Amino acid sequence: MAKELWKGNEALAEAAIRAGAEAYFGYPITPQTELLEYMSRRMPELGRVFLQAESEIGAINMVYGAACAGVRVLSSSSSPGISLMQEGLSYIAASEVPAVLVNIMRGGPGLGNIQPSQGDYFQMVKSSGHGDYHAIVLAPSTLQEAVDLMQITFELAFKYRHIVTLIGDGTLGQMMEPVEMPPFKEWPEERPAWALTGAKDRPPNRISSLYLGAERLEALNLRLQRKLDEIRQNEVRYETMMTDDAEYLIVAFGTVGRIAQSAVRKARAAGLKVGLFRPITLCPYPEQQLEALSRQVKGILVTEMNAGQMLEDVRRISRERVPVQFVGRMGGMIPLPDDMLPALHKLIETVEHPQSSPAAVLA
Amino acid sequence: MTIDTIPTQITPATPDLSGMQLVYQAPEALADTQTHYCPGCTHGIIHRLIAEVIDELGVRERTIGVAPVGCAVFAYEYFNFDGTEAAHGRAPAMATGIKRVAPDKIVFTYQGDGDIASIGGNEILAACVRGEKITVIFVNNAVYGMTGGQMAPTTPPGMVTTSSPLGRDVELQGYPIHLTEMLAMMPGVAYAARRSMHSVAEIKRAKKSIRKAFEAQLQGLGLGIVEILSACPINWRLDPSNALDFIRHTMLPVYPLGEFKVHEALQKR
Repeated sequence: MAKELWKGNEALAEAAIRAGAEAYFGYPITPQTELLEYMSRRMPELGRVFLQAESEIGAINMVYGAACAGVRVLSSSSSPGISLMQEGLSYIAASEVPAVLVNIMRGGPGLGNIQPSQGDYFQMVKSSGHGDYHAIVLAPSTLQEAVDLMQITFELAFKYRHIVTLIGDGTLGQMMEPVEMPPFKEWPEERPAWALTGAKDRPPNRISSLYLGAERLEALNLRLQRKLDEIRQNEVRYETMMTDDAEYLIVAFGTVGRIAQSAVRKARAAGLKVGLFRPITLCPYPEQQLEALSRQVKGILVTEMNAGQMLEDVRRISRERVPVQFVGRMGGMIPLPDDMLPALHKLIETVEHPQSSPAAVLA
Repeated sequence: MTIDTIPTQITPATPDLSGMQLVYQAPEALADTQTHYCPGCTHGIIHRLIAEVIDELGVRERTIGVAPVGCAVFAYEYFNFDGTEAAHGRAPAMATGIKRVAPDKIVFTYQGDGDIASIGGNEILAACVRGEKITVIFVNNAVYGMTGGQMAPTTPPGMVTTSSPLGRDVELQGYPIHLTEMLAMMPGVAYAARRSMHSVAEIKRAKKSIRKAFEAQLQGLGLGIVEILSACPINWRLDPSNALDFIRHTMLPVYPLGEFKVHEALQKR
């Protein structure tokens, strides 16, 4: 299929449809509303389910219900809406039903604004709700990558009976780019054996997140942790750029990971041996790969559209063998190469001349 | 006595059933299991009525129940059909999700008064706005039973609960909510009634209403809701008999029984 010019949110919606989405429940919120609007006309056209819910709480619980019925279902929202969905996400994780969620992140905290942000790293990666679980988190940096990653979301969700989230800052939802849409994915018609489809010629299926006995709830938690281990072993994705001979490493995800490519090129043009590490799965995080690079380089610069959230993981994974510094912007401001390069020079200064340099660099 | 000496074969006397006619048995839609409900609680009767209606309508194999957070949190264990359990108050949203992707299924929620009338107010309201083709069984026992008898939005004025120790003062804590009457005003609601568990006659009326609320769904008319006044002897600090009297004398004056909305397609019967 030829490349076409698509708006991010609409490309994500069409990609989800081609990936096999049978139902969509959502609530309007900028900057992801075009995804819902696109679904409202495209899903009925294909005989699939679209419903605008009364709230994000309603939407995620409709997703929960449809997921229990064994249907490929998704929702989408933006940061404050995701906060409202956390209760439902926790129930979905505990009930082990498959669901897909898109978060086009905006500036926070509070009502914040509708500008791009990566302020939901903790919310998405650490735990989108109460209890011990982590959703699978995919963080594309281009529309093509977003569309391609969307194609595996339902497969992952059904393989692990788990939540798969695809996150991008507001830029990803709002920008237009040439995209090659994949063909429609084929799915078997029958529902999984665990699904609520009516107790015809079988005992009743019951889906619940309630385990009153401590031993039983611990057993569920151990199963969820084993599942997470399996996900960590099988589903890690990342991209590197010019890391083979790199002495300094920039770590960034999503749109910032793309912007950082320019910073790397400019640094290289200035004779600096700088490489880029971009995690594509934020959960599972590509820990082994980052750890190996942290043994190779002299210093690491983390750059994010937040106050330094992934930074904590990079510090943990690298064990701060080498200086780990940060440059970020918040409130809808986007870190650009002009922010990254001075921070990079300060990092190099810290490493090469430790006595004369400040210990940390703040943007 | 060692284990070996215990007789392993115990043959109960088989009653002679010849010439007898089976007139009463457990509904197929009710699971053959013990419930966790307290002595004198009327949840069990309501479960049975639902199961009888499901059997009579012949829809057990395509029924999906959604249990609430509250005393009926394990309701899915007590029915012999598919079931799930929603977050507190969210059952109507979950039922909406199921019904929208599987419109051939019979989907109902079973919710207590705190679940539906307080924390889940928006979810039931929105489901009625949309006229979801689901059935809602709303069990009103005037308190939060599972957490030990706190004041609910349905608690009658003056009633002492563990969180209204001086009795519900309407100046401070507001008035009991008449949710079913409110919902009956909405075009998306095809059937709305309030029934009670305090007498055999009322239990029979409750079953008829439950049946109509499911028929509303089967005929695609809209949402059907039956509110049922239910006894909670333990949290009311009353014995089972006095608990039924409490419904009669304290709840009925606040919550009149009857049908508030009957779709014309249900009236023709």
